[in-house]
Amino acid sequence: MRNAAIAHNVGVCTPNNAKIIKITELTHNTKLFEIQLEDEHSNNFFDYSPGQFVLITVFGVGEIPIGLTSTPIKRGSFELGIRKVGNVTNKIHQMNVGDIVGIRGPFGKGFPIEENKHKDLLYVCGGTGYFPIRSTFLYAIARREDYGKIMFLYGDRCPTDVLFPDENDDYKKREDILFHQSVDRDDDKCWEGNVGVVTTLFPNIAKEIDPVNTVVFVAGPAIMYRYVIIELEKLGIKNENIYLSLERKMKCGIGKCCHCGIGDKFACLDGPVFSLDQIRGLLEAL
Amino acid sequence: MSKEKFPEFVELIKSKGKLFGPVKQKEKYSFEEIKDFSELDFDYQRTIISPKKFITPAKYSTLRFVKFGQTEVLPDDEPQIVMGVHPCDIHAIKILDRLFLGNIKDPYYAKRRENLIIIGHSCLPDDKCVCQSTGTDMVEDGFDLFLTELDDFYLLWVGSDKGLGIAIEAENLLEENVSEEEIQEYVRWQQERSSMFTTSIPSYKYLADIIHLNYDSDVWEQFGEKCLSCGTCSLVCPTCNCFHVDDKIMMNAEEGIRERMLDSCTLPYYSMVAGNHDFRPDRTARLKLYYTHKLKEYIGRWGQPSCVGCGRCIAYCPVDINVITVSNALFEEVCETQEVCDQ
Repeated sequence: MRNAAIAHNVGVCTPNNAKIIKITELTHNTKLFEIQLEDEHSNNFFDYSPGQFVLITVFGVGEIPIGLTSTPIKRGSFELGIRKVGNVTNKIHQMNVGDIVGIRGPFGKGFPIEENKHKDLLYVCGGTGYFPIRSTFLYAIARREDYGKIMFLYGDRCPTDVLFPDENDDYKKREDILFHQSVDRDDDKCWEGNVGVVTTLFPNIAKEIDPVNTVVFVAGPAIMYRYVIIELEKLGIKNENIYLSLERKMKCGIGKCCHCGIGDKFACLDGPVFSLDQIRGLLEAL
Repeated sequence: MSKEKFPEFVELIKSKGKLFGPVKQKEKYSFEEIKDFSELDFDYQRTIISPKKFITPAKYSTLRFVKFGQTEVLPDDEPQIVMGVHPCDIHAIKILDRLFLGNIKDPYYAKRRENLIIIGHSCLPDDKCVCQSTGTDMVEDGFDLFLTELDDFYLLWVGSDKGLGIAIEAENLLEENVSEEEIQEYVRWQQERSSMFTTSIPSYKYLADIIHLNYDSDVWEQFGEKCLSCGTCSLVCPTCNCFHVDDKIMMNAEEGIRERMLDSCTLPYYSMVAGNHDFRPDRTARLKLYYTHKLKEYIGRWGQPSCVGCGRCIAYCPVDINVITVSNALFEEVCETQEVCDQ
C-alpha cells in the first residue's frame, strides 16, 4: 500500500493553489469538480492511490477532507465529487470554472488495489461512498485483465440522488462486471430496479462469491457498515479481506489535531481505509 | 552553584532571549515574562497552564491569504527561555514532541520548539501530585538545564548542547567539583521527596486493561452525567494538544487568516461530520474518549500513556472528574466484578 505521497513544494500545512477546470452536475445537490494544480510541474507528480483524500480549501471559508474520485491512472488533473452539506461545500458549489481553491495532500492510506491483483473484487457502497469507491473501481476496470470477477453493489437514498446514472447503465450492460443497484425508497415510483437498502442486493451475487479469493471494498455512511459486515460474514469472507473507508472529522490531515482518532489509530494517517481486521478490536470504530 | 550566585546566573540566562518563569498572581502561579529576578517564585506546585503555551499557544495563525496567493505564517525566530519547569511538565513536552515532530513534522511546532530553552527546577509534591504513580516524577532528558534546589546550593544538570553552552558561559558561577557530602545530601533529599507523595493512582500499570474491561461500564455514565463539558481539563492538561482550524476573513473581504486554536474533545460537536452525524453525541462518549485516549490509546500509538501526573485536572475540574476519581471508580468496578483486587 502506498503511503501518503505528499506533493508539496510549500509547507505541509499550506495549500497549493489549484484551478477548477470542469464542473459536472451529478444530482440536485452533488457536483463533480475536475481540478488541476496551478503549478504545471506539480501536476505530473500528483500521484495517489484510490481511496486517499485531499484537503480542499475555500479561502476564507474553511478546509475540508474530500475523497479522490478519479483514478490515478489519469494524470494531469483529478476529480472530487462534492455534495452540498455544509459551509465549505455550499461555497464550492457556487464556484465556477476557473476559480481557485487550495489543495493539500493526498493524505492517508487508500484501498490496496495493486496488492490484490488476480483476485475477485466486490465493491459495496452507499450514497457518497460511491466517490472513493469509484476511484478504485475505475482503476480495476482500466486494468480488467489483472483481476478476476468484479462485482459492484450500489445503494442510494432515492432515484434523484443516484450518482453517475449513465456510467452505471454502461456497467450494467457489460458482461465482465456484475453491477447491481438499489434505492432505499422510491416515493415517486419512477425507479425500475431494486428498492431496499444495499444489503438487499447481496442475494444477487451470493452464488458468484468465492469467499477465499474475494476482496471487498466498502464505503458509505457509518450505519451501513454494521449491516454490510453481517452480510459479508454470512458469505464467509475473512476480516482481513474486507476494507472499509471510515469517515471522521478532520482538521489537519497529518495526525496532529487528533480529531479523527479511532482508538489508537488516526483516520488521516492510518486510514481512512482500514481492513476490518485492523479495526475489529478498536473501540468505537464501527 | 551556591545560592548567592543564583541571581547573577538568571541575569546571564536573560541575555539569551525572552525569559519566562513562574510568577505568583493572587493565589495561583503562572509562567510570565520576567523583567527582574525578584519576580521569580520557585516555591510553587503547579501553574494553571503548563509550558505547552510556549509551543502550542492557545491560538496562533498559520496562514495568511490575499485574493490569489497565500503565505505561511511561521512563528518569530526569537529565542524563548522558560525557567522553573517541573519534571512532569518536561515529560509532557517530551510527549508533545513525539506527536508533533514524529511522522510528519509540524512546521509551526518545530519552529517554536527549536527556539525554546527549557530550564527545569526541582519540586516537592503536594496532595494533588500523582507523578510518582505515572513514573514522571524524575526526568533525565528533555531539558537544556535542570536545577535541583538543596538547602544552600543548587545542583545543575546539563541536558543538551544549548544547555552546555550556557553552562560554559557561566563557568565562574559554577563549581565543577561536586563533593561526596553534596551528593549524599542530594540522595537524602531525593529519598525524602519520594516519601512525601500522599496520593497515587491505583494499579496504574494495569489501567489500560482496566479501561478496556470497563468500556461499557455504568461508571462512565455517572461521570458523563456530572461533566459540564466545559473543556477546562483539556485547557490545563499539559499533554492535551487537539486544535481546531478556522478561517477568518477581514472586513475588506480580500484578505484573511487561518488560525489554529486549542480544542477539547469534551466540547460538543468535537466529532460531528457533514450531514450532522455526530460520532460522540453525548458527554459520556466524549469524556470516555478523553480518558481512554489519554490513559489507554496513547500506549498503543506511542508506548506510554499521556498522563504525567501533574495534578492540574485534580485542581481545576469544577465537578471533580479527574484522573484519580476516574481511575478509582474504574478500579472499584473491576474489583466488584473480576475480583482482581490483590494485584
